[in-house]
Amino acid sequence: MLAYALRRLVQFIPTILAISLIMFILLNVLPGDATIMAGGLRKEVDPKVMAAMRREFGLDKPLYMRYLVYLRDLARGDLGLSFLRREKVNQLVGARIWPTLKLAVVAMVIAVGFGIPLGFFSALRQGSWLDTFSMFGAVSGVSIPQFWLGLLLMYFFAVQLHLLPASGYGDGDLPHLILPAITLGVSYMALLARTTRAAVVEIHTADYIRTARAKGLSELLVNRKHVLRNTLILVLTTAGLQFGALMGQTVIVEKLFSWPGIGSLLVDSIFQRDIPVTQGCILIIIVVFLLVNLSVDLLYAFIDPRIEYK
Amino acid sequence: MNLFLRKLKLRTNLMAGGALTLLVIIMALFAPLLAPYHPIDDADLMVAEEPPSAQFWFGTDSQGRDILSRVIFGSRISLSVGLLSQTMNTIIGVLLGLTAGYFGKWWDDLVMGLTNIMLSIPALIFALAIMALLGPGLMNVFIALGLTNWSYTCRITRSQVLSTRSQDYVKAARALGYGRGRIMLTQILPNIVGPILVMATLGVAYAILLEASLSFLGLGAQPPTPSWGGMLATAREQFFTAPWISIFPGLAIFITVMGLNLFGDGLRDILDPHTSQQRS
Repeated sequence: MLAYALRRLVQFIPTILAISLIMFILLNVLPGDATIMAGGLRKEVDPKVMAAMRREFGLDKPLYMRYLVYLRDLARGDLGLSFLRREKVNQLVGARIWPTLKLAVVAMVIAVGFGIPLGFFSALRQGSWLDTFSMFGAVSGVSIPQFWLGLLLMYFFAVQLHLLPASGYGDGDLPHLILPAITLGVSYMALLARTTRAAVVEIHTADYIRTARAKGLSELLVNRKHVLRNTLILVLTTAGLQFGALMGQTVIVEKLFSWPGIGSLLVDSIFQRDIPVTQGCILIIIVVFLLVNLSVDLLYAFIDPRIEYK
Repeated sequence: MNLFLRKLKLRTNLMAGGALTLLVIIMALFAPLLAPYHPIDDADLMVAEEPPSAQFWFGTDSQGRDILSRVIFGSRISLSVGLLSQTMNTIIGVLLGLTAGYFGKWWDDLVMGLTNIMLSIPALIFALAIMALLGPGLMNVFIALGLTNWSYTCRITRSQVLSTRSQDYVKAARALGYGRGRIMLTQILPNIVGPILVMATLGVAYAILLEASLSFLGLGAQPPTPSWGGMLATAREQFFTAPWISIFPGLAIFITVMGLNLFGDGLRDILDPHTSQQRS
């Protein structure tokens, strides 16, 4: 299994290379802007200063050379130098990664903890009020604009009821975490509930379920031993793939709740045209997503005894 | 009984979703007739931030513009972003998927490689990267979203092509001497329209949400254009003192996206029962 994990990790390299190339081209085809911005927004910048700055950031070289330099640094784990703050991107991103991970993980726990049971029990009681209610909730959950939901939550829980802080990071405590995590988790939860329900409905028509019932297993045992496990196998794939969407949405939620994570750093860097920072943030978000999918694949081994890793 | 209930539910989704969508389309088409005020020009600071009343059903914003009128006109932006960008996505996805599935070989490898990469980049992040290149603005949102969400369509088209390619009617067409292009367009494409239509409907809903997100971040339609996401972004400061400025545009996005999602679900249940788990 360790060998399998390592091989999967090696397979990341071409993916990351391709993504870094696409992102590099997208973000770097416009030439001069960044240096002008770095010059401090002044309209008239001394051409000599400009030239010096271009040299400092390596912008005087052709695009492919710059990509090769970028790759060389990347191989050493160096994400480059911020145009604007002249700090290492590693440091800027490093300071932001923990808040984002915390937010994403709590959102995922909320989504998995509520979404899968809701979908599971809805499917067992098709057509009941629970089913109708949770499936209506699930459609609403994938349709609601996230920042709007966040604003409403802020309004009720922070402004009206004074139960929770409206925004900010505090010292990373739980009360500050609850509202952003719910906001981030709702659409993911809705999606998991829908997927789980569909999976359970499908599994209930399978032959092995009929066999299990025919051999006299109680409905409770059928559901626990056969349905639940097979459902999780189907749902895990969706859960892993949609985690990427969750990582993307941290951008909105972090901006709304003034959460000092990668997402808000990314948006700020786009407005400041601080390209190395933008590049670094995007790469980190994608790497986290790829790692989550790898863990999902490894988790299969525990849930599905048919899978063997060699 | 169970089957009957399920059938009924399928129809409910389709009907409710279709009705909501139709409502929004009518709103967009007849906006000038429906809106009581002009969405931009009828600004009167004397009535700024008025709560909902008989005169202003949804209240007014910080510049004294009627929110109802702005919400009605905003439907034009959301719908056109959704429709145009999804059309672009569908064209890219179908074209790549068809050719990859039909020609195979290195082209297939290249297209599938690209598709898998697109699938591992979160949509919002990719759209942000393109917006970083193009800069803020409504036109750029069209382009960014039109390039963002084609990978699912491409994958489904390709797998459908692979399964139809060896069907007898395709072989017959080949035996009759049809060219490749003609086979793709007249034999294969009509048989995969169902799933593509479903993806497109859900894609419009997704694009509208993404547009709202980009506008909320300040990258979308610039003021004073009445776009729902943009209205929410500018109203954020006054949310706690004048919540109606934010509530109605948000509600409009919510209802529009929900209508399209329900409609897409209903379509999928009828047209394409097998792929109902591909993307929920």
